[in-house]
Amino acid sequence: MTRVLIPTGALGLGYDRAALSRGIANRPDIIAVDGGSTDSGPSYLGRGVSKYSRTSTKAEWRGLMQARAEAGVPLVIGTAGTCGADSAVDWLLEITREIAAETGQTLRVATLKSGQSAAAVKAALAEGRIAPLFPAPDISEALIDACSNIVALAGAEQIAGALATGADIVIAGRTTDTAIIAALPLVSGDHPGACWHGAKIGECGAIATTQPATGVIQIDFDATGFTMEPMALTAAATPYTVSAHMLYENSDPFVLHEPGGHLDVTGARYTALDARRVRVEGSEWIKGDYTVKLEGARVAGYQTVALALLRDRRYVRHAREWAADVQARVAAQIVERMGLAPEDFTLELRLIGMDATLGPLENRTTTPVEVGVLGIVTCPTEAQAAEAGKMLNPYLLHHALTENEPMPTFAFPFSPAEMQRGALYEFCLNHVMRLDDPMSAFRLDVHEVGHG
Amino acid sequence: MAELGTLVEKVRSKNAGPFWLTVDIFCGSPEAFARVTTGLETARVAHLFGVEPQAMKRFDIPDLNVVKLSVPRPVVQGTRADRDMHGAGWAVLVEEMEIA
Repeated sequence: MTRVLIPTGALGLGYDRAALSRGIANRPDIIAVDGGSTDSGPSYLGRGVSKYSRTSTKAEWRGLMQARAEAGVPLVIGTAGTCGADSAVDWLLEITREIAAETGQTLRVATLKSGQSAAAVKAALAEGRIAPLFPAPDISEALIDACSNIVALAGAEQIAGALATGADIVIAGRTTDTAIIAALPLVSGDHPGACWHGAKIGECGAIATTQPATGVIQIDFDATGFTMEPMALTAAATPYTVSAHMLYENSDPFVLHEPGGHLDVTGARYTALDARRVRVEGSEWIKGDYTVKLEGARVAGYQTVALALLRDRRYVRHAREWAADVQARVAAQIVERMGLAPEDFTLELRLIGMDATLGPLENRTTTPVEVGVLGIVTCPTEAQAAEAGKMLNPYLLHHALTENEPMPTFAFPFSPAEMQRGALYEFCLNHVMRLDDPMSAFRLDVHEVGHG
Repeated sequence: MAELGTLVEKVRSKNAGPFWLTVDIFCGSPEAFARVTTGLETARVAHLFGVEPQAMKRFDIPDLNVVKLSVPRPVVQGTRADRDMHGAGWAVLVEEMEIA
């Protein structure tokens, strides 16, 4: 039996301290926590940075490092720093060194890096080792070169390799959400279908319970299945909360692809052991090719945004035609004065209060009290985006619906009115890369930390 | 006819990775599940989402009283045309559908 303690769905989301203490008292074999996902968008991978504050990350990581020291078992984090790029691993390693120094801990820390050089990915492409998933952007050498970061999602094998160094802490770059939880039970010989299924159920912490915000859960893996128990006494796992979690952020609720195979939960049986614990058996692991998924982000332009507020009733009523007129005039000016071709830039005015969320798919209409006009200009360079954003300014402030009326002025919440967003990144890979040796695309290093 | 959202417990939409969108309709009871599975036309959802009906995958899951719809994201997450980074807003299109 292997007991895995999962403190939260992601480092940075917080966890219930009493529940964590209860989990430690239950003597887990490992503490596993996820550090990220693609869900917050491509900018984090593009820049190789975390979305959470360093202060919050350090505070929560300190709590987990203390819990680890108390339990005397390994602590593993996957997809460190939101995106799992090499720079994000280094960032968390630096935080770990600081905490070790501040708390007087001496530790062996293993880092597992998932970053892929353009040369390595181009070589794999040339060797026919890269295949598209559906839907995938077209891949080319130029596209690979354009990525500011490419990562491969490590699986259980690479995490097991990192644990085999005898590390107290494993800081892994991009991994699948499940790999950090499944790795030790798989090494221990627990049921492979249960290892992956339990890992999927546990990857978001207490989301698969009646009280998602409590964070901490414990999963026991064994030869025939797994048992899940939330560590907050007020939270319960039920057959419904556990089985429904296969739906979460998963396009197929019965299948989950991982490096080296896939999980099929079609035959899974969920049984309530009592009011708070659920037993799951019957899930299957089907072996396949050893492939790792690739993620890449590249710069797709530079953006400046501006926000103006229409509160005047007549302008609110005519907001759409007003915005269309502003858009047309400013776009023409960008072409005329900056010499950009119409296809080189985009200028959009999204009407908050009308259809900013759904755009052309919005099918409700009503007259709002006010309308937020979010101007978004995207240009090939940062300087062009800054210039174009400023051209929007006089129109957002004063543009009149008709020529024969006094000049209106609209509400600007900020000065300067424009906000430069810097680079706009986009995800540009949805591919898998076949590996003959699972470790060949990953780099494992061991650091002795806190030894003065 | 009734608005789907008034018949079920919850409708949730989220990304399933940057290239997919998934919508979960938690019906809450076998009765609501039966009504939704018979009244909900996948093609109508496709129309509301602006995608081809054959692009939609649908799972009717009686054990959970859940209907799940997955579709390649009409706009890839985070690209300049994307309005909703986490894909959470699509749920309202399903929630506000009138079904028999």
